[in-house]
Amino acid sequence: MKRSVDAEEVARLAKLSRLEFDGKQAEDMRGHLSKMLDYFDALDSVDVSDVPPTAHILSAVNVLREDVVEPSTSNAELLKNAPESRDGAYVVPRVVE
Amino acid sequence: MLRPTIGCEVHCELKTATKLFCGCKNEFGGEPNTHCCPICSGFPGTMPALNAKAVEYAVRAGLALGCNINRFSKWDRKNYFYPDLPKAWQTSQYDLPLCVGGAVEFEVNGEKKRVRLNRIHLEEDAGKLIHDGGESCVDYNRCGVPLIEIVTEPDMHSAEEVVAFLTELKSVLKYTGVSDVKMQEGSLRCDVNLSMAEDGAPLGTRTETKNLNSFRAVARSVAFEIRRQTEVLESGGIVEQETRRFDDNKGVGYAMRSKEDAHDYRYFPEPDIMPVTFTEADIQRIRSEIPELKGPRVKRYTEKLGLPPYDAQVLTADKAVSDLLDDVIALGCDAKKTSNFIMSEVLRLAKTDGSEDVELLIDAPRLAEIISMQAKGEINNLAAKQLLSAVWGTDASPRKRAEELNLLQSNDEGAIKAVFDKVLSDNPSQVADFLSGNDKLRGYFVGQVMRAAGGKANPKIVNELLDRLVKEHKK
Repeated sequence: MKRSVDAEEVARLAKLSRLEFDGKQAEDMRGHLSKMLDYFDALDSVDVSDVPPTAHILSAVNVLREDVVEPSTSNAELLKNAPESRDGAYVVPRVVE
Repeated sequence: MLRPTIGCEVHCELKTATKLFCGCKNEFGGEPNTHCCPICSGFPGTMPALNAKAVEYAVRAGLALGCNINRFSKWDRKNYFYPDLPKAWQTSQYDLPLCVGGAVEFEVNGEKKRVRLNRIHLEEDAGKLIHDGGESCVDYNRCGVPLIEIVTEPDMHSAEEVVAFLTELKSVLKYTGVSDVKMQEGSLRCDVNLSMAEDGAPLGTRTETKNLNSFRAVARSVAFEIRRQTEVLESGGIVEQETRRFDDNKGVGYAMRSKEDAHDYRYFPEPDIMPVTFTEADIQRIRSEIPELKGPRVKRYTEKLGLPPYDAQVLTADKAVSDLLDDVIALGCDAKKTSNFIMSEVLRLAKTDGSEDVELLIDAPRLAEIISMQAKGEINNLAAKQLLSAVWGTDASPRKRAEELNLLQSNDEGAIKAVFDKVLSDNPSQVADFLSGNDKLRGYFVGQVMRAAGGKANPKIVNELLDRLVKEHKK
């Protein structure tokens, strides 16, 4: 099945991804995304009716950690690269739901 | 008539020692960003490692709630952009959660009610935001704390049913020992989905009110939303599908503003966490680790201890209360006396400030001491109450406090007799009346003696003196 990506779809994805495109970039992106989906269409031609769904590309399971406390990182070290911080907290532009 | 249909999503933090994907401490509070590392702070290039205990706890909760455990379970990324989750996705479970099905059973107004569960999955909690002027401050101490999300089917139809459901669910979760379920500390939180429709008609459009953290807020927000949707529908309007908040101080719900970000989580399989599998033996082992639950305790209390069914229900509503009863009885106190004292006095102190969290600030040995002092007649009922309040929240010895507060009552029959004789000689007409058969005056005399003795005469001895007086008169 051929799926094409329209400008509206590009705008929606850009918003969800926190990316900003101007008109030319958005049009380029639309072309790239359409092409990518075309590649996926190639997969549709393969019969996978007797292949079990894959949860992970590796076959390993039950890779677990014991519930044992390890030292945390110091507050100063954590906040070293934060553009802004105060009283041990990261400071970001106000977000309110 | 319009009828509400309600389903819940309940989030419950698990009380593991560490977070879900790193070895940082899982602990409420603390200075901002002091229980954090590059993994739970979402630094690029870090690798999460799944906490085995969290998986076990989630399965244990599921087994206690009658769920089926998926023998193969995996994690997924739920993408959303908000600073409380620094990775920009929550590691959660989408199509293969740990637990499916199950139910919570309880009574509302004497009628049995069963709310089916859809699923329980294991995910990470988000950090905490504090909004301050034009800025928001971010603390990731809670980020990565293991959380189970319990999703119900839309089986409830009133605020009362929702509260009764949550009460029972909270109780079961506490009994399993997987969580503290403290609503005040946010270790139990509830989202409520609600729609209205005519009886028999298909379900209406639902709204979701998020993050309710007290039973009171749940009850009030459900009542508010039923009223709001009814008004919208009866005036010919349409209910918008939206996410809402409830301001418990103002008693008002409102729609969240970020409506245009209509949730598009773009779930995909989490490549950094391997799936988890269970054998029958694994499930059996986890099942065997579930502590004695409420049902068996109620049975034990009514059948072995001879407590009334109502008392057994009250005493088992909270595991800590039930444990306290068991411990005090194990220390040699009478079951009936202990259960009465816990129900009337201990619970009164444990449940103040309108909270549904029970805070027991007395341990079993000291409670046993108060109850046995009362049983031996060393203190009277009123003094036992006062003594409990006096040692509540302290580590004081009850006997020492009773001495300091002058609560020990007199069992010195000679001293009581002296006071008693004085009362008799001061009230000749009442004595005559009493001896001619007016037994109502008995209380009057006990009161007078108590007053004269400063409230410390053992009323049992006073009553014996009165009995003797009557007997001698009849001779």
